Amino acid sequence: MVEHATAATDAVVTLDVALPGIVWGWMITLNMWAKSIGTGVVLVGVYLLKKYGDRVASVRTVMPVVSFIFLNIFLLFTLLDLHQPFRMWHIFFYPHWTSAITVGAWLATIFTGIIFLMAAGKIMNKISDEQYNKLMWAAFVFAIPVTLYTATIMGEAAARELWQTPTELLQMALAAFIGGSATYLILGIGDENVKRDLAIVLGVSATLSFIVYMGEYYFGAMKAEEVAATIAFVKEGGAYHTMFWVGQSMGYIIPVLLVIVGLKNRSGSMLALASVLALAGLWIAKHVWLVIPQLLNLS
Amino acid sequence: MKLGFLVDLALCMGCKGCEVSCKVENEVPISMWRLRVKYVDVGTFPETKRTFTPLRCNHCENAPCERICPVSALHYLDNGIVNVDRERCIGCAGCVMACPYGAIYIDPETNTADKCTYCAHRVAGGLMPACVVACPVEANIFGDLDDPASNISRYIMQHQGNVKVRKPEKNTHPKHFYVSGGEVNLNPLASRREEGYNLFNNITHLKHIGGH
Repeated sequence: MVEHATAATDAVVTLDVALPGIVWGWMITLNMWAKSIGTGVVLVGVYLLKKYGDRVASVRTVMPVVSFIFLNIFLLFTLLDLHQPFRMWHIFFYPHWTSAITVGAWLATIFTGIIFLMAAGKIMNKISDEQYNKLMWAAFVFAIPVTLYTATIMGEAAARELWQTPTELLQMALAAFIGGSATYLILGIGDENVKRDLAIVLGVSATLSFIVYMGEYYFGAMKAEEVAATIAFVKEGGAYHTMFWVGQSMGYIIPVLLVIVGLKNRSGSMLALASVLALAGLWIAKHVWLVIPQLLNLS
Repeated sequence: MKLGFLVDLALCMGCKGCEVSCKVENEVPISMWRLRVKYVDVGTFPETKRTFTPLRCNHCENAPCERICPVSALHYLDNGIVNVDRERCIGCAGCVMACPYGAIYIDPETNTADKCTYCAHRVAGGLMPACVVACPVEANIFGDLDDPASNISRYIMQHQGNVKVRKPEKNTHPKHFYVSGGEVNLNPLASRREEGYNLFNNITHLKHIGGH
């Protein structure tokens, strides 16, 4: 930065207005976290049903019910985060289709409707296998863009250089796989083979996610001044340094180690512990990444 | 018609008359600003210089705030102004996250997004924006960029090579120009902020944004 170059270019802001604080805070983190679980149980659940069929019959009920619960948490906090929540209907009556927020809201609403039909049909026993399967595939297709669209919102947030759409798309997808696999492991779904598959999904997703974060952490700052200034908040001495590493450790490093040990020892409880930590760490990691670009002064 | 704004920083003396007139004209709430003048001190004592930079919405041709707004509350007027419809806004703050210039705020009284509109209501009535009228040294120049005979077009032509916009790398195509602007004026990362270093106040960050 130029103000450090020489004494002659030393520059200090001596009078300015107060800068805005964090605008998108924990509610948006909760939104993303709950959405990862809500869509992840569908993406992973469909895989389990296709591979294991009747051996994971409970997934046919668990998948839509758990998804519906977390989608409602996601929608509730999306609504609560609005400064004018009673105007949410504007998004449906005055939609602006260049906005990823609009597209996402429509997709998420349709997706939640499909999941509701599946959950209600299963609980009330009023849905045939054929109807269920059609809805399940529709849910699977919608789960993909619903998982990903938040990355495009972050991409449209032109002020926040740290959030690059391709990277965030990958992180959103990996978060969904972590959310889905961890939830089924905590619920103890399936036999040893099923748990092994889920553990591998969890371990591989957590590893890849960690690698992407490390890529940003060590190399992101090399090309853009804004990214360097943002990453400084999680580097040593930064305000979010500790929280960043707590998130990375809880969400990725420790779960991956526990998955390896759990698979070696065929320990379901170890895998469940890895899952709980992964879900908690995922929230922390996402929160840090959401907040730090907002600490940067824009003007 | 494509309305644009130009500030000649060589003329600006940091009187903040534009700030005050904007506050009064638009009834901007306490602690919020549509337009502000930032002071940056450059150099090391005794070789120092103070710079003044009025900062407002850039009314970009490729406005990220307009693109991300889910309900078109932020929209273009025919004259190129990026306007806000406070009745339409749902307060998602997407525009606040998108604006690379930090020009949009959530009004704590209406709980909706707000920003400089180049005084669109005055312009519609044939008046100049309040800040233009208030400037004692005519550092603020406002007019039609499509009209080669307008003051702003002629000023830009006269100062070719010395006209800049903020953050051109963001591809927003701002319609707000600066003459004689350097890095410390236009790049927020080119100056540092120190807690409690401000001349007249110690408040550096707002703790409360909007209604929750």
